[in-house]
Amino acid sequence: MSAMSNLVRAGFWRRVGAMIRKEFVQLRRDRITFATIITIPLMQLVLFGYAINTQPRNLPTAVLLQESSDVGRSILKALENTKFFKITQQVHDEAEFDRVLAAGEVLFAIEIPRGFERALRRGDRPALLVAADATDPVATSTALGALNNLVALALRNDRSIPDGGTPAFEIRTHARYNPAGSSQLNIVPGLMGTILTLTMLIFTALSVTREVERGTMESLLAMPITPLEIMLGKIVPYVLIGFLQAALIVGAGVLLFDVPILGNIVLLAALSTLFIATNLAVGYTFSTLAQNQLQAVQMAMMFFLPNMLLSGFIFPFLGMPVWAQWFSEGLPLTHYIRIVRSIMLKGSTLADLHYDALALVGLMLVAMIIAVTRFRRTLD
Amino acid sequence: MIAPGQASDVVIDVHGLTKSFGGRTVVRDLSLQVKRGTIYGFLGPNGSGKTTTIRMLCGLLTPDQGTGTCLGYDIRTETEKIKRQIGYMTQRFSLYQDLSVRENLEFVARIYGLPQPAKAASDMIEHIGLVGREEQIAGLLSGGWKQRLALGACTLPGPQLLLLDEPTAGVDPKARREFWNEIHALAARGLTALVSTHYMDEAERCHEIAYIAYGELLAHGTVDEVVRQSNLTTFSVTGEGLVQLAAELEKKPGIDSVAPFGASLHVSGRDAAALEAAIAAHRDHTGLNWKQIDASLEDVFIGLMAQAKDNVT
Repeated sequence: MSAMSNLVRAGFWRRVGAMIRKEFVQLRRDRITFATIITIPLMQLVLFGYAINTQPRNLPTAVLLQESSDVGRSILKALENTKFFKITQQVHDEAEFDRVLAAGEVLFAIEIPRGFERALRRGDRPALLVAADATDPVATSTALGALNNLVALALRNDRSIPDGGTPAFEIRTHARYNPAGSSQLNIVPGLMGTILTLTMLIFTALSVTREVERGTMESLLAMPITPLEIMLGKIVPYVLIGFLQAALIVGAGVLLFDVPILGNIVLLAALSTLFIATNLAVGYTFSTLAQNQLQAVQMAMMFFLPNMLLSGFIFPFLGMPVWAQWFSEGLPLTHYIRIVRSIMLKGSTLADLHYDALALVGLMLVAMIIAVTRFRRTLD
Repeated sequence: MIAPGQASDVVIDVHGLTKSFGGRTVVRDLSLQVKRGTIYGFLGPNGSGKTTTIRMLCGLLTPDQGTGTCLGYDIRTETEKIKRQIGYMTQRFSLYQDLSVRENLEFVARIYGLPQPAKAASDMIEHIGLVGREEQIAGLLSGGWKQRLALGACTLPGPQLLLLDEPTAGVDPKARREFWNEIHALAARGLTALVSTHYMDEAERCHEIAYIAYGELLAHGTVDEVVRQSNLTTFSVTGEGLVQLAAELEKKPGIDSVAPFGASLHVSGRDAAALEAAIAAHRDHTGLNWKQIDASLEDVFIGLMAQAKDNVT
């Protein structure tokens, strides 16, 4: 009895061994899978390791100087010394102050009010206004936290200011667009882009390879239909599906998480449709490049990861080094995150968003041109 | 000079087609002429280049060398025009497995721009005898029904030329017979059909045949012509110890092929005198019964294959 079970057990390992051996042989033949085993961890680790920074520094900041004074300059210098703020522009009035924040040109705007120095010397504890774009609370909260030390340090060396044991001035922070710093207000629009990216990519990435694998492509190629017609025919149905998904997410965001839609909902719908079409075009391009459905999914994943991690959804866009920011301009989700946050939380208009909208159109056309030229009209 | 696409006598006219994949020549210097209204049988063993040739004819593959026309259109530059007028039935079922019979036919009708796709599909369903099954999912049909549907789909747009790649593989004899009746009915209406097959009995149902092996066209013409051209002398042997006899005979010069046919052995050679000399020692064996017979198409093909193999290796 025990001899018998030993025999069965010996056979067990022989069969497992045979299976393992076969899997390795197949893996070696499948070059793309083999390549992804190496490249996904290496490439992504290097890329994300250097690019992602959860404590972003050198965030673009605008200043509105209502008076020109030595203390003002000292405070701005101290701000820059924290390394969190980088003064990129000087604005001249309140309207411009609001506009640069709304357009996303800067994350912070600082106002030194008229009479600030005089009030300071009198010991009146004047207020310095720091307005932050809080649509992405992660990006701004650390920098705002650093402000607390600033008051004590900024004017340490200025002996003409009375030291009454209390801070010499007050910093009044104003978290715009998301005053409570609610992360849901940021995450719901971001998730919308991420979910759409993933589902749209997979839908079309499989479309051509599925026809090739099932053998239906041979018939289709023998019929009088052009690559452009095939592509449009495969993308259009999913635009509708993507639109439905987007509507579901927006609806849930509004109903369950009280996410506001300050901007024009028609503009949101139109730009979302553009974003959906762009991702479908990218996915379709993968399906013309891949040899089989597995490869297509692998390509979609390789594209999805940087979209999710570098677009500014999870980690602050402005926290990344410049090269990573340039890289991310080539990802549809980067532009869409800006579009969705701006329309929903800031009430931005097309005039504010024309750059991102054009970028999406450009990316879509590039993908479509690659897809149509790469589409194999023959079985060669 | 006949205008492209217009009625001309020669529907397929190609010369010197050559195609290799990864350094292996699959089709070598192949020339073929097929006349309008002909059922042209394309025979040869697996891997002989039949499918590759058919794909070059319909523009799915670009020949490495060679030129020619299909329906008067250049097979290199006018493939889009060729595609409008041919019906190509692939070796593997290549309609949508997850669409119904009707949906598949309507899809084809719409791609080809037929004026009333729904009506065209209904007519075809009736014609191919699939009434009552039109809502069935194509992937769940039996082999014979799939083949009918596939033929229906490729004749639906009213092509002038059918390219059928092993259409009867895996189909039962009754369905095969009905299939061939349909091909003859279509040919009677002026359609041309190029049909690749393994089956010898199907070769005999063709007006003309071509035999291809190792990428080369070895023989073509009517069945009688091919048999006559082969100059094959064949003996049929019955009796005891045929397996041993076959092993002995195969090595002898003058014998091109030895092949068992049921209870008998067919021994063939191109040179009648050499063949007689080779078998002379065995003819007087008791228990063996030798008889000279007319070479069958199969003898001819087995001989051609042996001969081609000698040339290649």
